[in-house]
Amino acid sequence: MTSEPQTGTPGTVDMMMNMGPQHPATHGVFRMVLSIDGERVIDMVPHIGYLHRGSEKLCEHEQYSQIITLFDRLDYIANFNNELVICKATEKLMGLEVPDRAQYIRVILCELNRLASHMLFYGTFGLDAGAMTPIMYGFRERERIQSLFESISGARMMHNFFRIGGIRYDLPEDFNQRITQLLNELQKGAEKADKLLTFNEVFLARTRDVGIISAEDAIAYGLSGPNLRATGVNYDVRKSDPYEVYDRIDFDIPLGDRGDCWDRHYVRMREMYESIKIIRQCLEQISEGPIMAPVRRIARPPAGEVFAHAENPRGDFGVYLVSTGGDKPYRLKMRPPSFCNLMALRHMLRDAYIADAVMILGSLDIVLGEVDR
Amino acid sequence: MFARDILTDLLGKPWGEIIGLTIELIGLLTALSIVVLSLTWMERKLLGRIQGRMGPMRVGFHGILQPIADALKLVLKEDVVPGSADKGLFWFAPLAVFVPSFMIWITIPVSHDLVLANLDMGLFYIIAFAVLSITGLVMAGWSSASKYAVLGGLRSAAQLISYEIPIIMAVISIAMMSQSLNLQVIVEAQSNIPYALLQPLALAIFLIAGVAEVGRTPFDIYFAESEIVGGPFVEYSGAHWSVFFLAEYINTFAIAILVALLFFGGWSFPLMPEISALGFLWVGLKTYLVIAVIFWLRGTLPRLRVDQLMSLAWKVIIPLSFVNIMITATYLYYGWAWPILTLISLSITVTVSYMLYRKITRPALRTLEERLAYAKSYNQSRGQSEVSDAR
Repeated sequence: MTSEPQTGTPGTVDMMMNMGPQHPATHGVFRMVLSIDGERVIDMVPHIGYLHRGSEKLCEHEQYSQIITLFDRLDYIANFNNELVICKATEKLMGLEVPDRAQYIRVILCELNRLASHMLFYGTFGLDAGAMTPIMYGFRERERIQSLFESISGARMMHNFFRIGGIRYDLPEDFNQRITQLLNELQKGAEKADKLLTFNEVFLARTRDVGIISAEDAIAYGLSGPNLRATGVNYDVRKSDPYEVYDRIDFDIPLGDRGDCWDRHYVRMREMYESIKIIRQCLEQISEGPIMAPVRRIARPPAGEVFAHAENPRGDFGVYLVSTGGDKPYRLKMRPPSFCNLMALRHMLRDAYIADAVMILGSLDIVLGEVDR
Repeated sequence: MFARDILTDLLGKPWGEIIGLTIELIGLLTALSIVVLSLTWMERKLLGRIQGRMGPMRVGFHGILQPIADALKLVLKEDVVPGSADKGLFWFAPLAVFVPSFMIWITIPVSHDLVLANLDMGLFYIIAFAVLSITGLVMAGWSSASKYAVLGGLRSAAQLISYEIPIIMAVISIAMMSQSLNLQVIVEAQSNIPYALLQPLALAIFLIAGVAEVGRTPFDIYFAESEIVGGPFVEYSGAHWSVFFLAEYINTFAIAILVALLFFGGWSFPLMPEISALGFLWVGLKTYLVIAVIFWLRGTLPRLRVDQLMSLAWKVIIPLSFVNIMITATYLYYGWAWPILTLISLSITVTVSYMLYRKITRPALRTLEERLAYAKSYNQSRGQSEVSDAR
């Protein structure tokens, strides 16, 4: 799609249609201004910033341990994954070695959160497609995960649980029994969810060959996460730049081949099974031990700069941190995957129908807290 | 019917008939309202079951009073008319949708003696009136002064007109079989074998087109909550919206009862004595079963896209309905035994379904296995830490 204004049928005027910020399908407060010719989308202008809170600037005024809670509020569907990235960045700057047990617990929580996030995606994508049952299935599974989170961290969302050098509390006593049960339920739930939607004829008709993006374009736009893997590019930070204990765990990276909406859905569905696999392995490998590295209460990393990234449910979440040796960062820059994924939206909307526009936006699985930060 | 008879005896010809008819119409409206209330409750309960929850539970026993609470809430709500709306059309549109959907009930028999007016052209009358509600939807869409509503209105016009044709065609084949357009005669003709057995293809066409006609889930293109936020109804609220809602459910019920009457033998039931009261129950049972299927579809299926809806109508269903008429005509001309018609009709239905399945579902199922193997081998062959383009 070129940047000059485009028109549909010659001799007619395109209709401008505003989608959002209050629209059921924009997943928050995203706004698209579509120019449409009948049912076809000719062009789209995205408007973001309705949820801008200046997180990056705020971080410069907070101590390192206080930043973690700000990160909870970026991608508010996958809080643990966000917390992990800022902890990792600070630890990398300080040269800290996190105890094994804490690393395993972090990975378990992050993968559970990935499951919860993908379950939410499943539900909202179904809703975008016009099916109303998936959201119930997805939310039920997510609710189970959240109640486990509550027993671990005391909060269902916005946990503020990871610390620089480890985690806040050890696992509760009944954790093993609860998570075994939860994983079985999740496995069943994911299979049930798969059966309901993934190979449904109408769903296939709606998502197959819709919103195609090629591997080259995807890389050029900076797509990451399931959206990139749906095009067939095998890029996953957990494999390419292993962090925590991911290098000790055997799991596959699901790939798509066409880069259409169905592939993006399908990759996420497969990732849920892989996450369950990862958690099972973590539970086998985890051993007793300390959960915090010996650190001072107020972290004062040495002067320097660092980039840390991790595989969030939405893609490659990166943090660039500059320290001048104080207890607060000098500069903090985030690379939110949703923001970068959203950039490809206009490209994908070529020749789409209005209904497709909704599906394509849904399949990108953006979280506006992260896009606007 | 009864009110008219009694009052005509009491008051004489003109006045007794007028008052009686008024009472009957009010009775019909009340009955339909109660049916709609039962349908909303049933839908919420059924969807709740499908989605692994209880549905409404708070108001009354198992939420049985929930529809009344909903209706009360709707009536008490402020009725907002957008400032830039075309006021007259905006007020008139709900009526233009509701009146035709109510009118068709005049000739729908609920039992073999329970009907307001047994028209000889009953089926024709129903089809003719059902089309009229399109104008109301387009009116609502246009007068709301909202782009979503305009799109919804235009979508509804395209959709309803497209699916009117297969409905008419399916009905024609039934009329050919029974040699009548009178619903009572059609039902009586099925006392031995219901037309669902003779005409499975017509049944499939009628059910699909009927669901599309009332805009229920796989075909709720013109409401399309996630795209155009409720289509023509986006600006309506309160009582006006509830009139649309009422019309939608009355239409759904009409389609279901037509399926029961035209294809499942209405009040006749094999191996059962013909009792007037029982007939009413049979029709009700069959209708609610068809309704349950429609609700079930809503619980499981996503929505089609507007172009897919059109191509399904014009490329698959309408040609099929013509084929169905030709088969029926050939059958009637040569006077074959009825299982032959069943066999031909069923085999066409199955073949077309299988062709659609092959076109849409099978490629995805095949690539599933291939891609699993591909991802596995890719991850193994490249080692775990290498990043590169898979192509």
